[in-house]
Amino acid sequence: MKLYCLSGHPTLPCNILKFKSTTIMLDCGLDMTSALNFLPLPLVQSPRLCNLPGWSLKDGNAFLDKELKECSGHVFVDSVPEFCLPETELIDLSTVDVILISNYHCMMALPYITEHTGFTGTVYATEPTVQIGRLLMEELVNFIERVPKAQSASLWKNKDIQRLLPSPLKDAVEVSTWRRCYTMQEVNSALSKIQLVGYSQKIELFGVVQVTPLSSGYALGSSNWIIQSHYEKVSYVSGSSLLTTHPQPMDQASLKNSDVLVLTGLTQIPTANPDGMVGEFCSNLALTIRNGGNVLVPCYPSGVIYDLLECLYQYIDSAGLSSVPFYFISPVANSSLEFSQIFAEWLCHNKQSKVYLPEPPFPHAELIQTNKLKHYPSIHGDFSNDFRQPCVVFTGHPSLRFGDVVHFMELWGKSSLNTVIFTEPDFSYLEALAPYQPLAMKCIYCPIDTRLNFIQVSKLLKEVQPLHVVCPEQYTQPPPAQSHRMDLMIDCQPPPMSYRRAEVLALPFKRRYEKIEIMPELADSLVPMEIKPGISLATVSAVLHTKDNKHVLQPPPRPAQPASGKKRKRMSDDVPDCKVLKPLLSGSIPVEQFVQSLEKHGFSDIKVEDTAKGHIVLLQEAETLIQIEEDSTHIICDNDEMLRVRLRDLVLKFLQKF
Amino acid sequence: MFAAQEDCFEYLQQGQLLLGLFGEAGPLSWAVWSVPTVRSGWIQGLKSLAQHPGGLHFLGDSGAVDALFSLQGDSSLFVASAASQLLVHVLALSMQDKAEGSPSLKGSAWPACAQKIVAHVEASLCSTTALQITQALNVLTTTFGRCHSPWTEVLWGQLSPLVAHLLDSEPVPATHSLVDLLLSVARSPVFASADCTLWETIARMLSCLSPMQTGPLALGTLKLQHCPQALRSQAFGVLLQPLACILRATAQAPGPPGLLDETTQGCSMTVDTLLSSKSACVGLLCQTLAHLEELQPLPQHPLPWPQTLLVEAVVIILRLCDGSAAPSSSEGCRLCGTLAGCIRVQRAALGFLGTLTLGTSSWELVPQVFAILLETLKSPASSPTVLKKAFQAVLHWLLDSPTPPGCSDLGPHTPLFLRELFPVLQKHLCSPCWEVRDSALEFLTHLSMCWGGEANFREVLLASDVPKLAWQLLRDPESYVRASAVTAMGQLSSQGLQAASDSPGHPEVQQGLVGELLHILSVDSEGFPRRAVTRVFTEWLRNSHADVVQDTEWFVATVLQMVSRDLDWEVRAQGLELVQVFLAQTLGQPNPSCPYAVALPKVTPPSPLPEVLRTLCQMQIFDFAFRALFDCDRPVAQKACDLLLFLRNKSAPCSGLQEAGDSSDVASVEATLERWQVGEQGQPLGSLEPEVVLAALRSMDLEGLQSRLAESSDHVEKSPQSLLQDVLATVALLEENVADCY
Repeated sequence: MKLYCLSGHPTLPCNILKFKSTTIMLDCGLDMTSALNFLPLPLVQSPRLCNLPGWSLKDGNAFLDKELKECSGHVFVDSVPEFCLPETELIDLSTVDVILISNYHCMMALPYITEHTGFTGTVYATEPTVQIGRLLMEELVNFIERVPKAQSASLWKNKDIQRLLPSPLKDAVEVSTWRRCYTMQEVNSALSKIQLVGYSQKIELFGVVQVTPLSSGYALGSSNWIIQSHYEKVSYVSGSSLLTTHPQPMDQASLKNSDVLVLTGLTQIPTANPDGMVGEFCSNLALTIRNGGNVLVPCYPSGVIYDLLECLYQYIDSAGLSSVPFYFISPVANSSLEFSQIFAEWLCHNKQSKVYLPEPPFPHAELIQTNKLKHYPSIHGDFSNDFRQPCVVFTGHPSLRFGDVVHFMELWGKSSLNTVIFTEPDFSYLEALAPYQPLAMKCIYCPIDTRLNFIQVSKLLKEVQPLHVVCPEQYTQPPPAQSHRMDLMIDCQPPPMSYRRAEVLALPFKRRYEKIEIMPELADSLVPMEIKPGISLATVSAVLHTKDNKHVLQPPPRPAQPASGKKRKRMSDDVPDCKVLKPLLSGSIPVEQFVQSLEKHGFSDIKVEDTAKGHIVLLQEAETLIQIEEDSTHIICDNDEMLRVRLRDLVLKFLQKF
Repeated sequence: MFAAQEDCFEYLQQGQLLLGLFGEAGPLSWAVWSVPTVRSGWIQGLKSLAQHPGGLHFLGDSGAVDALFSLQGDSSLFVASAASQLLVHVLALSMQDKAEGSPSLKGSAWPACAQKIVAHVEASLCSTTALQITQALNVLTTTFGRCHSPWTEVLWGQLSPLVAHLLDSEPVPATHSLVDLLLSVARSPVFASADCTLWETIARMLSCLSPMQTGPLALGTLKLQHCPQALRSQAFGVLLQPLACILRATAQAPGPPGLLDETTQGCSMTVDTLLSSKSACVGLLCQTLAHLEELQPLPQHPLPWPQTLLVEAVVIILRLCDGSAAPSSSEGCRLCGTLAGCIRVQRAALGFLGTLTLGTSSWELVPQVFAILLETLKSPASSPTVLKKAFQAVLHWLLDSPTPPGCSDLGPHTPLFLRELFPVLQKHLCSPCWEVRDSALEFLTHLSMCWGGEANFREVLLASDVPKLAWQLLRDPESYVRASAVTAMGQLSSQGLQAASDSPGHPEVQQGLVGELLHILSVDSEGFPRRAVTRVFTEWLRNSHADVVQDTEWFVATVLQMVSRDLDWEVRAQGLELVQVFLAQTLGQPNPSCPYAVALPKVTPPSPLPEVLRTLCQMQIFDFAFRALFDCDRPVAQKACDLLLFLRNKSAPCSGLQEAGDSSDVASVEATLERWQVGEQGQPLGSLEPEVVLAALRSMDLEGLQSRLAESSDHVEKSPQSLLQDVLATVALLEENVADCY
């Protein structure tokens, strides 16, 4: 069993598991942090961004000034943002049989894999994962396609040139593999390869392996996966949460008794408690609005935003903010808000029961009804008519490199009354803000990451007790900035195996058994004999029939009729000869009694030696040696077959036959 | 209850009733004995019986003491504890009679009953079961705690070898009870003279028990008034051990040996003991911090007190909890992992840090304390309870922190700190968590109460949005927060620190804060904000707040009108308090009730008495007070009674009003009041003339009412008469309505 690790990002995993002749890709995450090296794509032309000076080498050489721009001491690529794909060289991706998706954030690289690698398999995911994943892809494509950029920078990627660039461009990894965003056509084609599954549904792969999605509690439709054969079980835990938010709670019990547990997608901010962060978010929002400022919340169109809107729903009246407009701007805002209300079966119990009342499970429906929350596909059109300040705007993209958020950063960045509150943990907020410097606007960092923290992981591992844990190397040591925090790493026995990008792990795990079925008529003919109390044995002669990785014992064909015609005889040629069976022996030989029995039968001068494994009985006169061990008995004598047979019969007297 | 009186006891004994109830053949065979309240009642019965020699004899002879021995191990803790206390009671009573004359009476000459109890205790102390030892120790602890007669010294002399012997066992049994006993003996005045064996036993115990077990003993020892210095040092060392461990584990470099090291020299505790498990570490630290917090303000706290090191230890603990400490040693890292995010330790540390201002003389500590407190307040990870403790600690350090000599009012660090504090306070006033908003408002109230006059504070406060936010919280959805906002705004307004609210739309707002508070008083559905409003108004009246002084009579009358019909008795009682303050201002202070109090110069009322009384009538103060007099809640009635007595006494010299007015008016008022007394308060008193009121006042037996009200309801319920009434009522009810039994 091997694990091929194609992604170095612990929360955007992409691994391949080779297990019993199947090749299973676990998640297909896309590392978008590479976009932070690019200049933002403004929706409305920004004179500030247009007029940024080109970057030149120390010696004054300005051949890169078209591609690289400088802003407040940082250098950015002036081109359409590109993303860092999973490793494609480590393994031939066309051999992948299936792809299992655990949540909508972990499928963003899917079109790159399914459309450009010769992939012919099936993708499995839950319905909300597919629907919301589609929204995220659609938003991404829309954000990038609606502001076409004439130029495309590639000179800087040349290895010799990259070496001369300032950090972080100089240290960016695998820039040659960075790719532009896919098209909507590719998205549709990729999504058409997905087969929908439900929690606890068992999916057979070629009769060898069974895969099952389990609720992981992190997002709508998010799942962990069990990959098991009859005697082996691998659990894949990715992006799970034990907090009570909107999704169905995590199914922990089914993860028990795993041989290997692959653990990815833990919280990216292990020191921040989501409750405290929500409090911080609300307080800062209220303070800004009360001072007459606007609040900008860069976010994804689905996920934490549902919980934030629910918190605000409870908070705004008490904080006297009921007259403040909340705007949600995204090409998929409407679909996201509506989809969330129809996936009742994927929601936590509390929200499920609302549906029977009947009430919408999420209170944002009421916010929309009362006109407190308004949503728009983009800043163009209706929004500009309704726009009223001070207000709160939720919009993407959290990287601040594309989407409507770029416009608001340009619009509100100059006033210290306004605040940008970062809630998504995927991007470093300081790097995200770099191309907007100098910035007067207040910045608050309230990352809300509901995924498992290390305390929860240690409880989970104690509970489910896997034999081996495999995780990204980042989880096996404290974060670099807090090297003394020994509590911020996975602590389990045996210590976890770690992996990094482009590494292949041989999982410490041997297959020992294979399940074989016995046909009923064959089973009928068996006559078990009790050897020890509770243990019965029977001998079986049969034909082992193997097809589609299933093994069946069938009754042996009857012995050929001697008097039959030629034709029949020929048929029986193919049948293996069924020899007369020798009886099977069991039991142990009590040495003392055996010696007495030898003496009784006329042997003398017998010596017994104890060995590590048993005994050696020496018949010195006959120059013969009987070696008795737990699972074998040897009679060693020089060419005296008569003697050997005599001795053999004496030995056999002590054993049971059947 | 009946047997408590000697004659009743004798009467009951004639009929063999007592022997049936409390004798050997008595209770154990009853079916109801399995009910704990019955067993508890049985013990109560014995206790009330054992009040005179006859009863005591009966107890000794009847075999009830043996039943008490077995009840010590009762499954109900209340019963077990009562049995043990009764044994002590019986022992003390029987010794009281016999031993008074001869203090040095040997144990063998003690009364039979006492000997029996002591023999039982001795046997239990030698037992191998921890439960029995615990029972014996508990009996002894109570004995030495309650009885301070010379015979207790004889008893200790007899039993102390057995107690000391317990320390030889491994593990030591019943450590908690043993600690309690030793401390109880040490506190007894009988042993004030140095008893070496006692101190030796305590010293032995301090050295052989685990740190968690020795904590309470060390604290108890340090609280003793008389105790050998060597033992005190040992106890203090034990108490400081965990903190010394923390300091050692987190020290960046081995610094000069501090006092903490000296005090804890030779201590056996290593960081490993402390870190054996997370729960052990957290428990020990919380206990240690709580003990030190308790010890710090006591006059007998150990000297020298290692203030600086304690502050440093607490600061490092707080840093370990919030994850900002970066220790270099491996023990330090493990501590960091154990304590990171531990709210219990954080709370305990903040509590202790607050008391550490007492006696802090070095102002150099202030910046690091301010820094950690500010970090705790700023951190989004701080839970509401941690924030509350942090606010309290900030308050202590702001108000009591030492200032360098020759420095102006607030010290050099405070203005800077305040400037950083207010944005945090603002944020917490907007918190979605009501507990946080509440703590922030309480903090604001206390701070402005103490520093309302400080120029630096006023400047920072007025430059911030805090007053505006506090005003907005008057409409908070959570009633506790509204109440705290009312108190805070009342305080700010008293100090001239309120900001005008700029939120339009509420007509009350235009009337200013008084209007807003009156609005709360009249419409708020919860009691807490209304109580807060009446308290604020009373304070304003007492301190002559500008808004009140404008038209005091209108103000008081308006408030009373709202308060009189309030459903919350505390609001009504507070209304009476307001009237009291108003009357003291118009009629002069009430005469001091204490005969030795310094007589204050009499305040002459601003206007002649008849006129004042007329005003009071117009303000309907009498109407309010009479209604309150018949209030169903005793404290309200009591207060009203005091108030009316004060009014009657004040108006006594008013000769012009001596003759009663129209007698028919008086009769009608009295008739109305009688109806009010029986609960029919629908009919108003109407407009009253001072003469009529005075006549009505004089005709009432206010003194009688006052003494009746002063008796607690318990007094009535525990009388034999009430018991009989209950019995009769139960019997009658049982026949009619089984469900509604007593």
